[in-house]
Amino acid sequence: MTESWLFRAIGFLAVASPSLLLLLLGIPPLLSRKLDETAMAKRTASCVLIGLTACLIILAGMLATGDRTVILDLGDPLTIPEEHFHFHVQFIFDRLSIPFVLLTFILVGAIGSFANRYLHREPGYGRFFLSFSLFLQGMVVAALAGTIETLFFGWELVGLSSALLVAFFHERPAPVLNAQRIWSVYRISDAAFLLAALALHHTYGEGDFHIFLGSGPWPEGQSALNSSQAFWIGLLLLIAAAGKSALLPFSGWLPRAMEGPTPSSAVFYGALSVHLGAYLLLRVSPVLEKSPLLCAIVVAIGLATAAFAALVGRVQSDTKGALAFASLGQVGLITAEIGLGLRYIPLIHIMGHACLRTLQLLRAPSVLQDHRLIENAVGAHLGQPVGIERWLPPRYSRSIYLWALERGQLDSLLDHFVARPFLAFFRWCDRMERKWTNFLSGNGGRESDRVPASVPAGEEP
Amino acid sequence: MRALHFPWLELSILIAALGAVVVYFTSDRAQARRRSILYSGLTLVTSVGGWIDFGLLRTFEAHDSWDPIARLLGVEVLAVDELSAPLLPLVATLFFLTHLATLRTKLRDYSFAQSLASESIVLATLSCRTPWILIFLLAAGTIPPWMEFYRTRKPARVYVLHMAAFVLLLVLGQILLDRGQDSPFALTGILLLTLAVLLRNGIVPAHGWLPDLFEHLSFGTAMLFITPMLGAYGMTRLVLPMAPLWVLKAVSFASLFTALYAASMALVQREARRFFSYILLSNASLVLVGLETATPIGLVGALSLWLAVSLSLTGFGLTMRCVESRVGRTSLLDFHGLYQQVPMLAALFLITGLASVGFPGTAGFVGLELLVEGAVRSDPLVGVAVVVVAALNGLAILHAYFRIFTGKTHAGTIDIRVRRAERISVLILTSLIFSGGLYPQPGVQTRYHAAVELYKLRASHRPDQLYPGFSSMIPDDQGKAAAPPH
Repeated sequence: MTESWLFRAIGFLAVASPSLLLLLLGIPPLLSRKLDETAMAKRTASCVLIGLTACLIILAGMLATGDRTVILDLGDPLTIPEEHFHFHVQFIFDRLSIPFVLLTFILVGAIGSFANRYLHREPGYGRFFLSFSLFLQGMVVAALAGTIETLFFGWELVGLSSALLVAFFHERPAPVLNAQRIWSVYRISDAAFLLAALALHHTYGEGDFHIFLGSGPWPEGQSALNSSQAFWIGLLLLIAAAGKSALLPFSGWLPRAMEGPTPSSAVFYGALSVHLGAYLLLRVSPVLEKSPLLCAIVVAIGLATAAFAALVGRVQSDTKGALAFASLGQVGLITAEIGLGLRYIPLIHIMGHACLRTLQLLRAPSVLQDHRLIENAVGAHLGQPVGIERWLPPRYSRSIYLWALERGQLDSLLDHFVARPFLAFFRWCDRMERKWTNFLSGNGGRESDRVPASVPAGEEP
Repeated sequence: MRALHFPWLELSILIAALGAVVVYFTSDRAQARRRSILYSGLTLVTSVGGWIDFGLLRTFEAHDSWDPIARLLGVEVLAVDELSAPLLPLVATLFFLTHLATLRTKLRDYSFAQSLASESIVLATLSCRTPWILIFLLAAGTIPPWMEFYRTRKPARVYVLHMAAFVLLLVLGQILLDRGQDSPFALTGILLLTLAVLLRNGIVPAHGWLPDLFEHLSFGTAMLFITPMLGAYGMTRLVLPMAPLWVLKAVSFASLFTALYAASMALVQREARRFFSYILLSNASLVLVGLETATPIGLVGALSLWLAVSLSLTGFGLTMRCVESRVGRTSLLDFHGLYQQVPMLAALFLITGLASVGFPGTAGFVGLELLVEGAVRSDPLVGVAVVVVAALNGLAILHAYFRIFTGKTHAGTIDIRVRRAERISVLILTSLIFSGGLYPQPGVQTRYHAAVELYKLRASHRPDQLYPGFSSMIPDDQGKAAAPPH
């Protein structure tokens, strides 16, 4: 385990470069100063390059010295010694985090360069790059986190930037409503994550990975949790991962996320964000190993998600939707691999899949042209792919087709059994409250009841 | 008790009171605004001076030097301690920034004189620990909003009924408690006081006055009546030292229910002011949950969250007030698409709103995490419920953001860009929110000392009903805990 000052300084550079980018892009608008497109693109490229170079140097150093773990310890921003409570900020460069963070910098750099042209003169150009820098910060922090609190910090930033970018074309209601739905799922996932973090804090008084995942280098650590603790804490982490990676039963949001611009769809839902749940499971794999039942649940959810995505993806009528489900199918398989106890295979699977899917999503706007080019090159029409419907009995194929077209009706089930009863009950409470205050005041006049749905700007009612 | 080097407390209160008188007799509204900014700015300077002076003294409590009020009344009325030391500059900041961010278009609606009078009363309340004077000040604090009801001829009955019950319960409770702690009426007295402060905090089902306040009063007045969280202050001074553990547990559960209910109600509101009132109620109730979890971490979390929520929700409220001063009362049924016109306001709305729900990196996160940790130690289900409240509030904040700032292209010809004064106000609050989130140790350390003091006070009143988890705070030697390191 290396903790030399040189490694720490370079590691700090890797973590600080996204923060620098966030400050460089975030502060000027708050001071009402407008940045032009060239300045934003240059700042993004420079910071990504600094971070990528720092990570490559660390990787080279680790290979040269044979060290498997480099720790960057930034101390305790908060400690209450009397209560044995502290927040520890620590980053780990190891066999898991180094590939993931390198993938992050490479893809974010590539997509940033692509978006610079793709969004040229788009009114939301600055907003895109600001949210993008927030995403980069979240991904780097989450990938390198050495404590559960640090990982949660990155996790939340990724969620927020994701919701904001889905609502990128916010002059239309549809992207906004989809972003709202995605944010709802993320909040459930965040709540589960926070509870897991607190359960760990409650058990050990701190959330450092080396305490509860064992001190051995990844993936050889032995968790200090007992089987029951591992099951419950692992289950909470699995819910968090399922929300972030759109595993069943949270898969409904993934096609909705395709409302965002293509560059963000590629990097979020084809490459990085969608794999963050699987990354979390890999990071806490020593906890999974403590509970065979939990591993079985992970495998079941992974396989069910893969089967669901394979069925639903086949009948999607838009390219990005089909690619979203294709991604989901692979994420399901990666999850099942993790549940089966594999460690390096899912990591390689994540990296390969992320690169392929990013390329596919970036080419998605020109898929028809690509198709024509291939046909011209081949000199014949491309044949129809062989579908599984050939093996299905005709009486079931139609109903399965409809079920798949409705994306398993996951969203409508959620609406019907959760959202609508919840909203109906509290709307009733609101009506009762209004009646009660009307009764008390003896006056039914209330300005909020008379507020029109929208008011022209500058004209007070 | 040691003395401050200067009568900071009395100066803060008197400057605000003098400002109220001067501004009241200023007929020109623009001049009144400038003067109110001057007086509230001076009040802020003196209250920050008092805070720094108190920190330099390295003591747990201190009174003003010279102290003419004590000489006049024969009792030491005003004092600052670990609990109130940061609350005084906090309140002065909230009032100053609200005055600064008040636009000319709002001059006819917003009474600066009344606001300065409120500031003076709130500062006096936070500097006072003597029960009867505290009760008098808490009661006096309800008058300025009523005056606005009266001045604007808005229906005040809901507010008056609730506040009258609040004052009555306070007075009756203290009368019964004055008969002695061993008297058969002592428990009734404590229960009445508890009910009173819960009413002031807006506990469900006696919370109807809070949305009603936001319905009828100017946004600034309603916000400044709630954000200093005097209900929580009353709880720490009047109830926490005396109440049996079961009362504290009951208050914790009632507050938790209120926090959950209000967070859910915020999601179904059709208008921005009512939405804000429920978000405020939910967060204020979370502070009470922590105060009553009966665990040291929970108490530290509640005291930290108190500061964070006051700051972030005032910032959030000021941003909503900026929106309202441009488009009037804002419906949440429809999209408004204001982002293109006021992108900075949209960003500040999001930052302050998310800070209020404990987003990582903001001051609220540390408070919330400590609070949940304390709640988990007390009862894991309470911890789960607090996390659910935070999740619901986060949903409501983003829902409001999308409704107000996105969803369509806003077609307006009038310039509604953010004015410099508004920008400065919200940026100051935002920088405080991030500073508290990225460098939380000093703030949390002072809150820990305040928690120790509260515990010691309780130990002196109810040695038979101590929090089980607090043994680490006060070991065998009471004097040892009396000097935690600064």
